[in-house]
This record gives sequence, C-alpha cells and structure tokens, in this order.
Amino acid sequence: MRAVLGELIGWFGDPAHWTGPTGVPQRLLEHLGYTALALACALVIALPIGALVGHTGRGGFLLVGLANGLRALPTLGLLTVVVLLAGVGLLPPIAALTVLAVPPVLAGTYAGVRAVDPAVVDAARGMGMREHQVLLRVELPNALPIIFGGVRSAALQIVATATVAAYVAMGGLGRYVIDGLAQLDYPQVLAGAVLVAALAVVLDAAFAGVQRVVSPAGARRSRRGRAGRVSAVRATEPGGTPG
Amino acid sequence: MIEFRAATKRFDDGTVAVNELTLTVEPGGITMFVGPSGCGKTTSLRMVNRMVEPTSGTVLVGGRDVRESPRAVLRRGIGYVIQQTGLFPHRTVLDNIATVPLLSGWPRRRARGRAAELLDLVGLPAELGRRYPAQLSGGQQQRVGVARALAADPPVLLMDEPFSAVDPVVRADLQDELLRLQQELDKTILFVTHDIDEAIKLGDRVAVFRTGGVLAQYDEPAALLGRPADDFVASFVGRDRGYRALGFLPAKGVPVGEVATVRLGGSVAAARDALRDGWAVVVDEARRPVGWVSASRLSGVDGEAAVSDELVESGGSLYEVDSPGGRAGSLRGALDAALSSPSARGVAVDADGAVVGSVTAHDVLRALADARQAGEVPS
Amino acid sequence: MSWLARNWPHILDLVRQHLELAGVPLLAGLLLSVPLGWLANRSVAARGLLLSVSGVLYTIPSLALLVVLPAVIGTKILNPVNVMVALTVYTIALLVRSVTDALGSVPTHVVSAADAMGFRPLRRFLTVELPLAVPVVVAGLRVAAVSNISLVSVGALIGVGGLGELFTDGFQLQFLTPIVVGIVGSVLLALLADAVLLVAGRALTPWERGARRAG
Repeated sequence: MRAVLGELIGWFGDPAHWTGPTGVPQRLLEHLGYTALALACALVIALPIGALVGHTGRGGFLLVGLANGLRALPTLGLLTVVVLLAGVGLLPPIAALTVLAVPPVLAGTYAGVRAVDPAVVDAARGMGMREHQVLLRVELPNALPIIFGGVRSAALQIVATATVAAYVAMGGLGRYVIDGLAQLDYPQVLAGAVLVAALAVVLDAAFAGVQRVVSPAGARRSRRGRAGRVSAVRATEPGGTPG
Repeated sequence: MIEFRAATKRFDDGTVAVNELTLTVEPGGITMFVGPSGCGKTTSLRMVNRMVEPTSGTVLVGGRDVRESPRAVLRRGIGYVIQQTGLFPHRTVLDNIATVPLLSGWPRRRARGRAAELLDLVGLPAELGRRYPAQLSGGQQQRVGVARALAADPPVLLMDEPFSAVDPVVRADLQDELLRLQQELDKTILFVTHDIDEAIKLGDRVAVFRTGGVLAQYDEPAALLGRPADDFVASFVGRDRGYRALGFLPAKGVPVGEVATVRLGGSVAAARDALRDGWAVVVDEARRPVGWVSASRLSGVDGEAAVSDELVESGGSLYEVDSPGGRAGSLRGALDAALSSPSARGVAVDADGAVVGSVTAHDVLRALADARQAGEVPS
Repeated sequence: MSWLARNWPHILDLVRQHLELAGVPLLAGLLLSVPLGWLANRSVAARGLLLSVSGVLYTIPSLALLVVLPAVIGTKILNPVNVMVALTVYTIALLVRSVTDALGSVPTHVVSAADAMGFRPLRRFLTVELPLAVPVVVAGLRVAAVSNISLVSVGALIGVGGLGELFTDGFQLQFLTPIVVGIVGSVLLALLADAVLLVAGRALTPWERGARRAG
C-alpha cells in the first residue's frame, strides 16, 4: 500500500505527465468536453419531451418505464455495440453517452413538472394563462430543483461512462486507466482512477452549489412542499448509477 | 349577471356531477353554493370560467355565452380564488398579485403599483409584498389570493372554498374582511362552501345542492332557515335553524333596560353601593364593558381596595343596539347576550362599544311574540 | 444463432458468474446497511456523516473504484473479490439512505405505542420498525440490484465481468453477436431480479395490499 502510494505520488510528480497531448490538462479538457457535449445533446432531447409529457400527463407511464429500462442497459455493452456498428470516431461514443444521460434528465423533468402543486397549476389556468404560459412561467420554474437533480445525475453518469469509453479508443482521463491496464503500468492506472474520482466528486459538489442557487427563493423556505419534493427527487434517481 | 341554463356535466365514467342546473345570479351581492361533497357545487362554479365545460346546456356571464370568448381571455376577466390559494411559490407576493394585469399586457410598473394598492386593500402591510408565499401564514396567503383575484378589477369573483383550510378564528376574520371588501367594491361573487354557517353568514342568496348535482333550494338565507324546501335542506341547514333564524330579525322591539356600571379601578365600597340586583357591569374609561362584579364576589373585600381584574367575572356576548343590520343587533344577538351573561342580563352597547343598558331573555321572547303577532315574522 | 448454440455452456457459466458478482454484494450490502441505517436514524451526527460519505462513494465512477481497490485492500487485480467489494460499496451507499428514510418514515405514534406496550428497543426494532420499513427498503434494493447487474460488466475491463466479457471479446474480434447476446442477457437478468424483488416485497408486506385498495 505504502509502495503504491509512493509510486502514485511519483507519477503525479513527473512533469512529463502534465504536458502534451497525453498530459493531464489535455485529458481533463477532453473528458470535460465529452461531458459537456453529451449533456447538451441529452438536454436538447430530454427537456422538451419531459416537460411536455409532464405538462399533459400523457405517456408518463411509458416514459418512466423507458427510463427504468435504460438503467438496466450495461454501459460497456452499449459502447462496444455502437462503436462496432458506427465505427471509431467521436460521434458513436458521444451518442452512447447521450443515450445514457437522457433517462435521468427525462425522468427529472417529468417528475419535476408533475410535482408542481396541482392547485398552483389550476390557479394559473383559472387566471387566464395559456397552456404554454402555464408550462414556461409556472411549471418549469417550480420544477427547476428537481430538473436540476436529474441533470446532475446525468452529468455524473456521463463522467463515469466517459471513463469506460476510453476502452473504445476515446480520449479523456479513462485513457490512463485503460492504457495502464494494457501496459501493466499500475501507477498510471491508479493515477487515472484518482483523477476521475476527483473530477466526479468536484463536479458533483459544483452541481450541488449551483443547485442551491437555482432553487427559486420561494421554494427554499416552503414548508409544505418539502416532503413531496424530496420524495420526487428520489423517484428520479434512475440516472444515479455510478456507470 | 351569471346565468346557468340547464347546465349539465357528465364525466367520462358516467357520473353526473351537475344535473340540469338552471339558476340566475343577480349582479352585485354574494351568492353561495353550498352542499355536501359530491353535490357538484365546485363543478358548477368551474363552468363559469370554463375550467369545466358543460356536457350540455349553457352558462352566460353578462348575457354572453362563455363559449363565445377564448378561455384565456374569459378567465382574465373573472377573479378566481381557491382553497389551497394556488399562489405561485416562485414569485413574490407582489408579483403574484400582479399576475393577471401582466398577462393582460399592462406595463410592469403599473401592474406592480396596482398590486401594492391591493395589498393595502386586503389589509396586509406593504413590506409583505417582497416576501414569498411560503413565508406567510395561512390567513395571509388567503388574503393574497383574494388580492390576486381582484387585481384586474373583474366584475365577477369565483371563490372555491377559499376559507376552508384556515383555523376558525382566522376564518371568521377573513369572512368579516370579505363582507367589508364587498361593501366597498360591490362585485358579483359566487362562493362555494360546504359550511352552511359560512353560507348563511356571507350569502345574500344561497343555493343548496344535493348529491348528484341537483339544486335543492335557491333562496335568501332567512328563507332557507325559515322555510326549507324539503327534509334534505332542513337537515342540511341543521338543528338550531329556528334559533339561527333569529339572526335575521332586527331586535328593534326589545326594550333596553338600565344597568348598574362601576369603573375598573374604582373603590370596592362605591361598587357595593352601585350594585343592582346584586350585579354591576365593570367598564373602562371609554365605558366599554370589561366584565361583571357581583355581591358575592365583593363580600369580604376591603372597601378601600380598588375593583381589580381578579374581582371581575368575564361577561357574555354583546348586543349592539345601533347595528340593526348586523348579526349582533338581531334578536339572536340580543338573546345570546342575555343567555351568555353571568347576571342573566345581556349587555347592550352602542356603535363605539360603550355600555348603554341591558336586555333580558324574557324581553327578547316577548318582542319575538309581538313581532309574530304583527305578522313581521315569516312562518 | 449457431454461435449461441455453440457457446451455450460458456454463456451459462458467465450468467452464473454475473449473478454471483451482483448478488453477493447485494446481500452483503443489505446486511451492512440495516445497522448503519439504524445508527443514522438514531443520531443526527451519524446521519450527516453516513449520508455524506455514501453520497461521495456513490459519485466515484465504477472503473476508478475497481482499479483502486486492489491497492486499498491488497488483492490481486484479477481477483473477483475486487468487483464484489466495489459493488458492495455502491449497494451500501444506496441502501443506507433507503434504510434511513424507511426507518424515519415509520410513524412516531406506532413507535410510541410499541414503547407503551413494553417492547424493549431491540425487539421493537426487529418486530415493529423493520417490517414497516420493508417497502421503502425493497424499493432501494430494486434500484441497487438493477444497477449492480449493469455494473458487473465494467469488471470485464479488469478481466472479471460475467456477461461483460462478451463485450470485450466481441469488441476485440469485431464480432457483434456476443455483444448483443451480452446486452440482452444482462438486461434480462436485471428485469428478472427486479421482478423477483418486487414480488418478494409484496409477499413480505401483506398489510400494504389492503391499504392500497382502500386508498
């Protein structure tokens, strides 16, 4: 254990590991780039669908079932099959990452919109809001904390899966783990693992910080809403697999 | 102002919520829809702003079929208050109140100004405007709900059990506040409740619904109490209806007798001299009643001592001679004052709350008998 | 199809391995989470600590955890114990929260009534609180089971992955069939486990059925 720790520190201390196309900054940027790209795709796909299904209440059963079913999909299997079918390159892995990130965003958006107090929605209609106004001005702002919880799950899911994606010839921090395993270079494996774990933990903490900020001030102090909100967040956890 | 013409609502599962409702709500005044749960009162109300579309029949507001205008436009012209308030949790109180003006395209500044006026109108301090709904008490939230419904100055107000979720004391406050507002604003208010007492207190007219969405009786409250249309209405109106009906008879025929008064803080010796039949009303500087003192209470107390709170027995309800329209000025008010007083004499007060005399149950009953003989009591 | 027939014994072997790699941690995780959840439900400090630690553990990507474990627990990298320990960690991270919530949701008046009738704390926990916590715990268990089964495959990258080995084999041979078989098999196992737990949960809580109908 102590020897391993020494080797690990040695790896991090080697300036060669901090520059060039295989250096830590470059790998970190790649990792973050995949994450941002896949998350953006997932948001574009899942937000409107989740919001619409949540607003109309139609197809909710199907949507939740789909999100749960996708959770059972093995990440590595999905990655390898997509790459075999579509070839190596950026697109197939990003597509696979997006597929994994869609369910948590979808489920979060749906659950968030459904969790808005029906009396509030009733009042909004009763005062003469049109349907799109009800959705955009009332339902979505109030669903924001739960939606954000789903986005947070999705982001972590992508970070974890992007690590595995190094196996199908992607860059990112997973490269150290995969290459190290192939070269029987355990310090490199360990360094990669530590970097990925640190990235995930930091990202999660950052999301937690932002989540506190985006929660509308009115919702933060709500006594009545609290219990319902927490259980609804829990219901959106299908994306919470460590990947 | 609002007209239901054979309006019927049948849900997909075949249940009939409202059955051929035909009823006209006159402009101005408060019309109460009351009945047990499942009687279709809320469904009927929601037909007015098209939150529910009737399966057959029509609803007219101001002589026009509600289906003539687009839903959103119709609703912006009708105030809507619901039990759970439905306030937007993510918006401040002021922005909540400004909702309909903003939807109708008012400039933000003007809408906010109007919202501030309304906050004042419903009796809330201006600084509450910056808070979020979750930071208010239930009663305050409900006031904001009323303010929000009034923001665009709609002629019609729909209120769906707005005061059912608050505690009885706050509810009574809100009811009084609504009556005060209505005197000032003169809206046409349609108000749904399951509480017959609330219906009788607030309503100018009351529509009693029975299960299955059938209108059982539509009448003034006094007539509802005095002449229930059938057994269902009689049992729904309740056990004490004879007594409660007294609330609609002015007590003008009841003689106000003299009553002994003593000042709080005056000497016990002076109080002993003032007693009449062993009792006297204790009053403050403005002659407002504080309670009663009795011979038995004062016996054995040093004559030099002051009449203090410990010697005072709490009094009963008060009979307001100068408010013949109000409940406290009715035969019911006079009788209740007499029955609830420890001395068997009800304390009569003027509009300022100062003691003017006393009434006895005997006098009230005699006045009732006289009024009945003179044909003033509907029977 | 012929590939499937030819490799059937091998696939069955992988399925058995897959179930073992996912199932043992599920059981171990459950056994460890109950006392931890009990602790978290009793002391505010323990609750804060346990929930934040499990939050962080749950965040760590599986591949990272898998390769770090040998260094921490001193096993060889190809040892299946690594996968089992990693999945146990995830199971605990997930179930501690479920158990805590479940125990916390037992109505206080029920607990007080048990106290008033003279239950000692341990007996009260085992015969009153724990049974009432079953529905929420089972819900957490179902999530953990599905997640474990899908995560086992990642182990293939370090040579121990149940059906996941079909993914690495197929990828290296550029051969789609084993991968598809692996995916379908993995999903079927997950759905099966989910269904079994659902039924078991229902069977354990006969009182919920009546309540559901009445509600």
